[in-house]
Amino acid sequence: MAVSVDEAVSTGPARDRTPPARRFGGRGRSVLEVALLTALAVVMLFPVLWMIETSIKENRDVYAVPAEFFGFTVTMDHFKDVFVAPDGGRSDLSVAFLNSAVVAGVSTLLATVLGVPAAWAYSRFAVRAKKDQLFFILSTRFMPPVVVVIPIFLMYRQLGLIDSKLGLILIYTAFNVPFTIWMMKGFVDEVPAEYEDAAMLDGYTRLQAFWRYTLPLLVPGIAATAVFALIFSWNEFVFAIFLTSSDDVRTAPPAIAGLIGGTTTDWGLVAAASVVFALPVLVFAYLVRKHLIAGVTLGAVRR
Amino acid sequence: MGTVAVQGLCKSFGKVQALDGVTLDVPDGSFFVVLGPSGAGKTTTLRAIAGLDKLDAGSVRLDGRDATADAPAERDLAMVFQNYALYPRHTAYENIASPLRARRCSAAEIAAAVERMSSLLHIERLLQRRPAQLSGGEMQRVALARALVRRPRAFLMDEPLTNLDLKLRVEMRTELTRIHRSLGATFLYVTNDQVEALSMADQVAVLKEGKVQQVGTPTEVYERPANQWVAGFVGSPPISLLPCHAEGDRLIGAQGWTLPRPRWTTAEDGRPLLLGLRAEDMSVERRGHASLSGELYGLEPLGDRTVVDVRVGTEILKVKARPTVTGTPGEQLQVTVDLDRAHLFDADTGLSLSEAGR
Ligand SMILES: Nc1ncnc2c1ncn2[C@@H]1O[C@H](COP(=O)(O)OP(=O)(O)OP(=O)(O)O)[C@@H](O)[C@H]1O
Ligand SMILES: [Mg+2]
Repeated sequence: MAVSVDEAVSTGPARDRTPPARRFGGRGRSVLEVALLTALAVVMLFPVLWMIETSIKENRDVYAVPAEFFGFTVTMDHFKDVFVAPDGGRSDLSVAFLNSAVVAGVSTLLATVLGVPAAWAYSRFAVRAKKDQLFFILSTRFMPPVVVVIPIFLMYRQLGLIDSKLGLILIYTAFNVPFTIWMMKGFVDEVPAEYEDAAMLDGYTRLQAFWRYTLPLLVPGIAATAVFALIFSWNEFVFAIFLTSSDDVRTAPPAIAGLIGGTTTDWGLVAAASVVFALPVLVFAYLVRKHLIAGVTLGAVRR
Repeated sequence: MGTVAVQGLCKSFGKVQALDGVTLDVPDGSFFVVLGPSGAGKTTTLRAIAGLDKLDAGSVRLDGRDATADAPAERDLAMVFQNYALYPRHTAYENIASPLRARRCSAAEIAAAVERMSSLLHIERLLQRRPAQLSGGEMQRVALARALVRRPRAFLMDEPLTNLDLKLRVEMRTELTRIHRSLGATFLYVTNDQVEALSMADQVAVLKEGKVQQVGTPTEVYERPANQWVAGFVGSPPISLLPCHAEGDRLIGAQGWTLPRPRWTTAEDGRPLLLGLRAEDMSVERRGHASLSGELYGLEPLGDRTVVDVRVGTEILKVKARPTVTGTPGEQLQVTVDLDRAHLFDADTGLSLSEAGR
């Protein structure tokens, strides 16, 4: 989307670089594009702005009718409530954020450690029925989580994994490994196999050759893939709400959802928690934005 | 020691049979050239010897020991890849040092070896650059240096000089032959350039469509090609081939000419043959009695000589002449043939019929 905005607003020589197929009409069309994109941006961003406003309003302003866009008293109390319990100890929400970080971080790490070598193997070696295997791996991602959550719940109960962080880590890893294999296979395909051949003749084993000469070239791809996996695990809601119940295991999405309902809802707290929840994703996406675009266009789309 | 012997190598990629029973015997210390056109299976052969590809059939023996199942690193070979395969994130220095690092040589040893190689290949100035900052010819020399930096059992070289300009190529040819002699190492060198093959090799194996056509010294391959295809591929300008058949003590050309039948041929009468004549085994004259007559078709001045194209019937003969020769197209010419040096091939099988009596 960022690309089309740039193209739409840029004029002069830059516009001439647009390939003919993507270029319909003249300048008038470009104004229309800008208008549409602006409208879209407003629609998309309004809830976000509303959330941010609510998180810094005092509770009486939150309920004010008509709503105040400007001129309300700014407060940071809700953010304090996110992290600190009324008695001064750690709040349930801050524990949930920590749980989310642990679960998302460890499952992403596991998915990367398992998925990258698998992707390398699928790219480099003649594996029997490779296409079928890859399709099977991908097909596990077609399934909506709700479909499998009941059987997994029953399995986890037998295994004693219900209401444990390990349980969530395992299920998120299982969901992220196929994705990692698919993304990374595209990146590995882009790295010529000859580097490894040369390294093996230099005297390295195949694994050393991969480690020394191929892996460093894959770092951007790994970063992009890991961010996607991290965001998936961080955002995941269905498994989290079904498979966990206690406050010291719960991740942030069900914990925040749990704030809504009951007799009164502290909307300021909900909004502040949501802002805190959204921040890491934004930061990560920003850090790897270059690789994200490269990852989407080069890694996943090819072949 | 450094002998490489491969036996019955077969390798197919889907429907393409890249290697079809390749057998080669590379003696210790020899400069062995595999010569073949593009797509002949030269790279595939080297990769098989290096252990980089799995074979469908055949065996690889190194120093007499079966190495077919060995990993590349265990084979103790060095290879120059056709597309260089230089590590993109490493400087030329690090690329050249890689084989030594893999063998845990000391930093001092590495520095000395890299310096020796870089001065030998004139790449001292390039050592701190990355492959992306090098020209094709410079990359090729770095790739050569990476192979030559250590003393493996044998060197495998996949067209290591193709990307150099002519002057540098001729220089490097001499240089490589010199390096080969001074190391006394086994070189298995692959090329599609017959001049390289003829000028550098102790032994040449001619490869076509995954099959070895002939193995021999450069002289043998040039003077006694095993079949019509080898005769046509080796030699520049290419050998001229004239359809004919034997009749008693004469050779009758399909274009109406007659030549005495060479003593050495055993071909039966009436069998379709091809008479092979190299450019230097013929000469052109304006008049007088000669073997073949034709007309001037074109001149190719090459500096040190001129190739005269003579049209005999519908066939074109390429004849070597002095560089001063002149003429106008259409002019009548007589061609004298040195029949003792001519070649006869069976037109159906392509096999040489010259060997028997010589
Ligand atoms: N990885 C591959 N997949 C499919 N076909 C291949 C592969 N590698 C080689 N081939 C085919 O095998 C045949 C031999 O290829 P090879 O690379 O050995 O030729 P070559 O003699 O080295 O040619 P060149 O002089 O052009 O390098 C060719 O027909 C080629 O198309
Ligand atoms: Mg090749």
